[in-house]
Amino acid sequence: MHMAEQINQPPVASRGAATGDWTPDMIREEVVALKHKPGALLPILHAVQNRVGYIPEGAVAIIAEALQQTRAEVHGVISFYHHFRTHPVGSKVIHVCRAEACQAMGGRDLEAHIKSRLGVDYHGTTADNEFTLEPVYCLGNCACAPSIRVNDNIHGRMTPQKFDRLADKLTTATLEIR
Amino acid sequence: MATKIYVPCDTTALSMGADEVARLIEYHAGQKGVEIEIVRNGSRGLFWLEPLVEIETATGRIGYGPVEPDEVPGLVAAGLFDARSDHPLYLGSVADIPYLKRQQRLTFARIGITDPLSIADYRALGGFEGLGKALAMTPQAIVDEVKTSGLRGRGGAAFPTGIKWQTVYDEPGQQQKYIVCNADEGDSGTFADRLAMECDPYMLIEGMAIAGLAVGATQGFIYLRSEYPVAHSILEEAISRAESEGFLGANIRGSGQAFHLEVRLAAGAYICGEETSLLESLEGKRGLVRAKPPLPAIKGLFGQPTVVNNVLSFAAVPFILDQGGQAYADYGMGKSRGTLAIQLAGNIRQGGLIELAFGVSLKEILEDFGGGTFTGRPMKAVQVGGPLMAYMPHSQWDTPMDYEAFAKLGAGIGHGGVVVFDDTVDMGAQARFAMEFCTVESCGKCTPCRIGSVRGVEVIDRIRAGENPDANLVLLEELCETMVDGSLCAMGGMTPFPVQSVMKHFPEDLTA
Repeated sequence: MHMAEQINQPPVASRGAATGDWTPDMIREEVVALKHKPGALLPILHAVQNRVGYIPEGAVAIIAEALQQTRAEVHGVISFYHHFRTHPVGSKVIHVCRAEACQAMGGRDLEAHIKSRLGVDYHGTTADNEFTLEPVYCLGNCACAPSIRVNDNIHGRMTPQKFDRLADKLTTATLEIR
Repeated sequence: MATKIYVPCDTTALSMGADEVARLIEYHAGQKGVEIEIVRNGSRGLFWLEPLVEIETATGRIGYGPVEPDEVPGLVAAGLFDARSDHPLYLGSVADIPYLKRQQRLTFARIGITDPLSIADYRALGGFEGLGKALAMTPQAIVDEVKTSGLRGRGGAAFPTGIKWQTVYDEPGQQQKYIVCNADEGDSGTFADRLAMECDPYMLIEGMAIAGLAVGATQGFIYLRSEYPVAHSILEEAISRAESEGFLGANIRGSGQAFHLEVRLAAGAYICGEETSLLESLEGKRGLVRAKPPLPAIKGLFGQPTVVNNVLSFAAVPFILDQGGQAYADYGMGKSRGTLAIQLAGNIRQGGLIELAFGVSLKEILEDFGGGTFTGRPMKAVQVGGPLMAYMPHSQWDTPMDYEAFAKLGAGIGHGGVVVFDDTVDMGAQARFAMEFCTVESCGKCTPCRIGSVRGVEVIDRIRAGENPDANLVLLEELCETMVDGSLCAMGGMTPFPVQSVMKHFPEDLTA
């Protein structure tokens, strides 16, 4: 049986969703769908970020009001977690693992190469809006280090040369033909 | 009769091109007119062989690996569909690969063999037997079985699981109790939780359901890292299938007992692997650690009695209930009973998951299983137990994998990760990183951790630049002591361990 076809993909973190346009109604939809859950704030923030690509400043008041919290409380939660972003990102979010197992396999050199190849530092987005670069501490792929994540795909045994090929492919492949 | 061909679907296999491999095998089979059925199994955990393609034959499953996409055409030409042996990637019978054969897989008995989402596969290999037995037992008898097993928390703290469950069970009934699974596996070099969730998700579901029956909790949460997208989709699907088959929900297998389970996604904070920070996060707050007492077992999620256990602790429970606590306790040494999921990673030729009874020496893991470094250079240091644990020099590699033996050295087993470094490593840079990681990941609630880690980076930078190294080394030692003694939780309290181990065992690298 084909498992890949059977899985109903739930909304997974950092889809690298299309960024930009949002309306208050969009935010309200996500809030209404989830606010009944105990401890609903994180699920709501994930849902908003999956939908919009980031958590717009204007969403904070809507979420706070629905959960009967202050804006400061909601802002504090957003700023605490590395995963939540308050600005639009490029179409591909690249997470580079900075943790020990990847360091042992040349991760530091790979980091430097990726930064210079893309011309951005961590948390930066390339001028053409193709790539946003983020650090990550462990992708759980430590036996095939070093690893990076592009949107939801993990790539193991990464090298500077492999990265260049991947970046070229990702920049030119506007359509994935399967 | 279509030939079954297995191509794994766990994160590691996917990261090495498994999806493309499956697609190409299907394409070539079509070209040749060979009838095949591709099964996306879990991984065996022999990661240097991924993607490990297996083909079912009359004499068992024959493997080829690592099969990267470019290898497929050559493999097909060499007779993949007839399981022929004249190819450099031919491995023979997978079950007989020494790395696998030497293991004692109690918890990971099914990984790589089954389709992770097939309940039929799971049940064919003993799945849900433990739950069936638990449904016929009193809650106290279930707790006693876990006590007999000697199971200690596999997240790293090694607290006796049965005692924890007893505490929650002893809290008055008629109130909401919770089961919370800590699946925020943040330590570098660890992937056993991920492997369990991606390759055998029903085992975790079963373990948590049994815990619910034992302590009288009707609701469970799996707090899963956002860094594990594959595990997330597999768990969601597994929970939905388990519900529709009656293994979860309002009336488990017609017993009248309820257990509901929900996955909650974390948001990239390492500290949320600390149980009280995790509970705050589940409640929708910043992940600030709580002072203990009160223990989560008494006042946990939303102030209710809560069992918080690691994925591997829950995953050990179905075996314990099915085979009996004593069968589990028969493995191991001293006060470390059962098996340990050792995760071999970093600069190692043969990295992967090794499940063995406690007591195997670190050296056996590094040499017999690991086969030396990936780069072929000599090993210099090994960090066991994640970023908050000591770097161990050559002289300590004879130590048996046992909680107490490691603690005696000022080291720890933690969650079982073993990260190997070759002789090109700059241990001064590793010490600095330990402090730097703490500056990034500290929750900020207590001063020793929040400020101490920042000062730690600065002092190490001064030492490495040759500024008053002697005086600054004394200062660094004092700072480490302050953090160890004064921090609210293990984040600040253990960050100094790797730093102190570098000062002690690799001082020449610090004062470069």
